[in-house]
Amino acid sequence: MAAQSPTLMTTTLAADERNARDARADGLFRKLVAAAAFFVLIALTGAALSMLWGGRDAFTTFGFKFLYSTDWDAVNLKFGALVPIYGTLVTALIAMLIAVPVSFGIALFLTEVAPGWLRGPVSAAIELLAGIPSIIYGMWGLFVFVPIMGEYVTPWLNDHLGQWPLLGPLFRGPPLGIGMLTAGIVLAIMVIPFISSVMREVFLTVPTRLKESAYALGSTTWEVVWDIVLPYTRSAVIGGIFLGLGRALGETMAVTFVLGNAHRLSASLLEPGNSIAATIANEFTEADSDLYRSSLIALGFLLFVVTFVVLAAAKLMLRRLSRQEGTK
Amino acid sequence: MLTSIKTRFVAVGLAGVLGAASAQAADITGAGATFIYPILSKWSDSYHNATGNKVNYQSIGSGGGIAQIKAGTVVFGSSDKPLDPKELADAGLAQFPSVIGGVVPVVNVEGVDAGKLRFTGPLLADIFQGKITKWNDPAIAQVNPDLKLEDKAITIVHRSDGSGTTFNFVNYLSKVSPEWKAKVGEGTAVSWPVGVGGKGNEGVAAYVKQIKGSIGYVELAYALQNKMSYAAMQNAAGQFVQPSLASFQAAAASADWKNAKDFHLVITNAPGENSWPITATNFILVYKQPRNSAGTKAALDFFKWAWDNGSAQAEALDYVPLPKPLVEQIEAYWQSEIQL
Repeated sequence: MAAQSPTLMTTTLAADERNARDARADGLFRKLVAAAAFFVLIALTGAALSMLWGGRDAFTTFGFKFLYSTDWDAVNLKFGALVPIYGTLVTALIAMLIAVPVSFGIALFLTEVAPGWLRGPVSAAIELLAGIPSIIYGMWGLFVFVPIMGEYVTPWLNDHLGQWPLLGPLFRGPPLGIGMLTAGIVLAIMVIPFISSVMREVFLTVPTRLKESAYALGSTTWEVVWDIVLPYTRSAVIGGIFLGLGRALGETMAVTFVLGNAHRLSASLLEPGNSIAATIANEFTEADSDLYRSSLIALGFLLFVVTFVVLAAAKLMLRRLSRQEGTK
Repeated sequence: MLTSIKTRFVAVGLAGVLGAASAQAADITGAGATFIYPILSKWSDSYHNATGNKVNYQSIGSGGGIAQIKAGTVVFGSSDKPLDPKELADAGLAQFPSVIGGVVPVVNVEGVDAGKLRFTGPLLADIFQGKITKWNDPAIAQVNPDLKLEDKAITIVHRSDGSGTTFNFVNYLSKVSPEWKAKVGEGTAVSWPVGVGGKGNEGVAAYVKQIKGSIGYVELAYALQNKMSYAAMQNAAGQFVQPSLASFQAAAASADWKNAKDFHLVITNAPGENSWPITATNFILVYKQPRNSAGTKAALDFFKWAWDNGSAQAEALDYVPLPKPLVEQIEAYWQSEIQL
């Protein structure tokens, strides 16, 4: 230490100064990104609390009955959220049942099967699909898809699936063309771009040598995808699926156009129903009494809760999956 | 008290901003029913050309219009459902009609041309309650002896959004059917016993056009533009009438405005041989003692100008201009009720 030359001393001094400056910059940076993260938390709690506050009239008036009552009567001011909650969950479920396998197929085709020249254009097309505003899907659904459903699909469903012993009632109903099944299919088309583009991106991250080794051992393409690609990317794939699910739960305009907006609970998927977001969008402007408006805001809060519960369940499932992975 | 002070601050602040934005001519701000938006934007365009004054109308729905005028953020509000005199007095508001339109039942039944199918009020109420489910029901055949209707299920199409169109339609059904009044009632949105809901007039029109055997209700303009098969209705005098500007005007003229305090009158089921039974009125709300009296005066001038000069434009859009005696009654009401 004592034998340090003057030049070395100045460099250490300069280095110390730089370290201090870096530490300051680091601290500032940390605060900045923390503020960004906290902003999300504050916005989230703020939105949840203000909806809870706005809906307090409905919650205090109806209590727990608000959750399981099928009433929706603006004349006698009786409101219940069961029909919209049911419609929201069922349409989102139908959408996911269709969208997940199709998106998986798209991503698989684009990363493993398709010739190189085709990958670019198709991937671009999928990203473009994701950018179409939902009202366009709604209008397409109403003017193009609904007549097809009413004319061909629902009569066929009635005659065939409608006759099945257990699932039959789901597919029996008037050939209106609008209803929960139609809404679910339109939603599926809307979320496919989201899910498939996430899947495609993460499938591309699988190291080539893993796949090449499997092929070298004689695996088929399917075996490579199912046993190598999917386990490697599982959590990201499930994340993509829940991104799509979140969108399906909250979608408003497209659903409003094709769902039929009827406040009735029915077993059949061909009957019209209602969803939380559609109810709010439809009725908020003309909600002329305080309790009515409060009930609509309370519905908004419930959509928040439903989404939260669904996503939390997904996270739990993911954690259990990764734990099982460790024991294997 | 606290909220009223707060809204006053907001109102003053807003007025300040608006005032600063355009200092030269009076800006007339209004908000409310979507029903009058097409004609109001036409009128305000012509009015701007004629006088240089601008009318800024936000078509946010009747509920929003009532809320905005009560908060004092606009000079006039607009509602398809009249407020009763007590509510008006509590809020210090005056109310008068602006323009008249009509709601017509539209059907999608094979082989039935526009205006051929006929309904009575109670029959329409029974159909919309789901009590009559087939087009070949004897009750329908009874008032339509000339038509041969097929054995097809009836699908009801109603509005999914709260609306003045719905209000006037169910108000009529409540007047002609005690059972409807007891079980469903009236309002801008009701609990429909059966059917599917379309968003807006265009949503109902689209559903009716697509679903075979359906029946819905829309404003006349939508029925005509979409070339839909509308139905004739039996009116209070027992006559079957076709929906038209003439029959709407007849209803507006024969309605008992003279005895309606603050024009609190829904002119459905109006008396008179030629009256269309589901005629609708839009109402304008202004303050009786406005803080912004220049703005309110400008708004009243605008409506006066529109009634004097805008009849042809109204008729071109399938609205009915107010009858002359009604305009005179409104002006007398302004004189006595509104302090500028």
